[in-house]
Amino acid sequence: MSASDDRSAEGREGLNRPPPDQGVMLEARGLRLAFGGVRAADGIDLSVMRGEFLAIIGPNGAGKTTFINMTTGYLRPQAGSIHHEGERITGLSPRAIVRRGIARSFQLPQLFTEHTVLENAALAIAARLGIWSPLAPLLRREIREEARELLARFGLSAIEESRADTLNEGARKLADIAMAVALKPRLLLMDEPTSGVAASEKMAVVETLARVLRDAAVTAVFVEHDMDVVARFADRVAVWSQGRIVALGPPATVLSDPEVQREVIGVSGAIHA
Amino acid sequence: MRRAEPLLALAGAAALVGIAYAAPWLRFVLTIALAKGLAVLGILLLLKAGQVSFGHAMYAAVGAYVVAFAAPGMGEALVLLPLATGIAGLLGLVVGLFITRYREIFFSMLNLAISMVLYSMLEKFYAITKGTDGIRVAPVTFAGLSPERESAEWAMFAIALLLAFGFGIVARLYLASPMGQALAGIKTRETRLEFMGVPARHVLLSAYVFSAVMAGAAGAIIAMTTRHVTPLLAYWTTSGELVFIAILGGAGGVLGPFLGAAAYELIRVHAAAAFADLWQLTLGIALLLVILFAPGGLWGVLARLFRRVRA
Amino acid sequence: MIDWFHENGLLLGLALLDGLAYAALVFMVAVGLNLVFGVLRILNVAHGSFYAIGAYAAASLSAFIAAQGLPPWAALPALLVAAALVGALLGPPIEALLLRRIYSGEPVIQLLVTFALFMILEDAQKLIWGVQPVSNDGAMRLLGTVDVPFAGDVIPFTAYQLFLLPAVALATLAGLAWFLRRTLTGRVIVAVTTDREAATAMGIDAKRVFLLTFTAGAMLAALGGALASPTTALVPGIGAQTIVLSFAVIATAGLGRIEGAALTALLIGLGRSVAVYFAPELEVVMPYIIMVAVLLVRPQGLFGAAEARRI
Repeated sequence: MSASDDRSAEGREGLNRPPPDQGVMLEARGLRLAFGGVRAADGIDLSVMRGEFLAIIGPNGAGKTTFINMTTGYLRPQAGSIHHEGERITGLSPRAIVRRGIARSFQLPQLFTEHTVLENAALAIAARLGIWSPLAPLLRREIREEARELLARFGLSAIEESRADTLNEGARKLADIAMAVALKPRLLLMDEPTSGVAASEKMAVVETLARVLRDAAVTAVFVEHDMDVVARFADRVAVWSQGRIVALGPPATVLSDPEVQREVIGVSGAIHA
Repeated sequence: MRRAEPLLALAGAAALVGIAYAAPWLRFVLTIALAKGLAVLGILLLLKAGQVSFGHAMYAAVGAYVVAFAAPGMGEALVLLPLATGIAGLLGLVVGLFITRYREIFFSMLNLAISMVLYSMLEKFYAITKGTDGIRVAPVTFAGLSPERESAEWAMFAIALLLAFGFGIVARLYLASPMGQALAGIKTRETRLEFMGVPARHVLLSAYVFSAVMAGAAGAIIAMTTRHVTPLLAYWTTSGELVFIAILGGAGGVLGPFLGAAAYELIRVHAAAAFADLWQLTLGIALLLVILFAPGGLWGVLARLFRRVRA
Repeated sequence: MIDWFHENGLLLGLALLDGLAYAALVFMVAVGLNLVFGVLRILNVAHGSFYAIGAYAAASLSAFIAAQGLPPWAALPALLVAAALVGALLGPPIEALLLRRIYSGEPVIQLLVTFALFMILEDAQKLIWGVQPVSNDGAMRLLGTVDVPFAGDVIPFTAYQLFLLPAVALATLAGLAWFLRRTLTGRVIVAVTTDREAATAMGIDAKRVFLLTFTAGAMLAALGGALASPTTALVPGIGAQTIVLSFAVIATAGLGRIEGAALTALLIGLGRSVAVYFAPELEVVMPYIIMVAVLLVRPQGLFGAAEARRI
């Protein structure tokens, strides 16, 4: 595969972001995983640099979510290794991986549907702090304040008392990401953070998200179908196809590659950049 | 409603004491009701996690048989209670380590299966348990005193009421704590818990052991009150009764189980004679009616009345 | 070893024969439970009650036949007729009036509803047939006994248990396998089992499939009971025992192919009857020891496939 590793240090326009820090945050080597006859990962090599925003694009079924699932311990690769800050995390449980500072959000938001948004956020904060004090309330002052502050950053203050199963898709998506951020990860993997968010709100949502992550110095990997979002927010783009990375580089280069445009992005994802 | 809970609890306790004073023959019934309420509180914790145990009477039976075995040698209520409770909790831990790997039907049915094993052992090992005849429980002392009959009844009633309050308060704090809230999270999104670094199985195990402890305490009270234990305490119909009371009381607050148990025992005392052969059938129909038409149980009905009065 | 075999060989032979006959009955019930769960996604706790009612109905019908002076061979088809009647009378109304209301409900509610049904049917059965043991050995006496050569000796064993029960179980297994894999309705049932959303999206009439499957499952359980009725005294409680036992079979087998349920029924049936002859106090416990041992090693069961949830 001609996956170039041409990492440009140019800051993304409009974000005024400092260039990504040096050093490898996450390193995947030779990941393989097949379900039946389908090769969801067919030799994935990828290095995620500290501080960068890396977008993963590609058609459905290319193995994008599988990569996130393997990195976060939900699936175990049949071959290959994943290292996080030099330590091997391949095959560890989701819990063990979370404790190492890797959090994720989900394509289908995974909220506690019978809890309020505030309680959802508070549970994530309590999970980070350790939940094993059975007699002190969840919504004690310090947790409640942090949860409020977190939801405010995500623009969810108005609905913090709503039950999670009453939210619209966009709000559920944001709450889902907020819960991952509440864990204060150093690496965050997001599975389609903007799917379900109304087109008119999409840019504002990602703008908010990028600001939150930048302020917290979080490295982010996100699966994304909207090429406008990719072009605007990603430092680098990895193009997935049939369990392989077929292109890797800065958005300007990768997204204008005619082969990538034809094979992966297709007509529907045309670039208006 | 939740804020009114402590007040309602005090009012309920006062009402129980009043009834027990005014109608001495109901003292016994109310003591049993409080004990069952304790066991049902355990069922309620598991229901919060979306799990229902069809075998929890086994822990009450263990508590009761511990009292029956130990009473002749060491007949002090204040020793027997923690002993019975501790052994039931220990069994809950051992069984729980296995059973908390499972959810929903597996959780329910494995509890049922294990309780049936215990039942058949109590029935079969006649040399030790006297089989279906059961064991007469020797009289116990209270803090070294051997009160005559009426005082002993009052003492048991008081112990049951105190334990109901104590465990009720602990359960209420537990449910509001991060652990209790994570327990409720098992019902809706267990995967998320794991991805937050929370071991869901341990959360469920903590609730399971807690529920076994409360059922064990309930069994000990029942043994010392009825002074007779039989394998029927572990039979599935007894477990079914606990589940029924939990649904009847409603899954709202920690008062639901006691409300349900008091209502259940009072109705049973008056109606059981008329329905002697049809008691399970009556319970089954009532359970269906509550599930289909009053899913909040008695607690839900009260809460609605309460809101209407305030409005 | 040789000495042991010399002394206990006959007992072992008897245990194996007994186990085979018993496994045949257990399979009939477990396969119905498995089928219903696969399609409706509801574990029917009342499934064991269908077994008990099938057994009692068969006894009543046989007694009626004898009282009418009909030829004794009529006792055999009477078993089938009784099972079909029970399934047809109980299955459709329960599915259409009760279960249909809760398909989209929470799992815990579904469990509670079938549990309530179980409570109702257990008492209804006591109401109709009483609590005294009922026997129905006409069909078994009719077929006489066979001398089975074993280890240089002979064991007299009833032809009913030796031939008829395994034959019916094998015929059920073959018939079900053929039905599910070769007929249109059968393949629709398999499709619904594998992927309910996709199957209903393709226009499969889920209502009809559910009704049909539930009725078939009820008939299988009732047939198990009817066939068991000549081999054992009918007493209250057999329904509870049966549901837990058949759950143990499908949990050990893993939910899935019916051949797996058959082999597991054989394993558990033999395990239990070996216990009956060599360690009688373990009779009830044996199936669960096997189940727990299997689940500890393979949580998805012997023949089940582990499945990952989509997140």
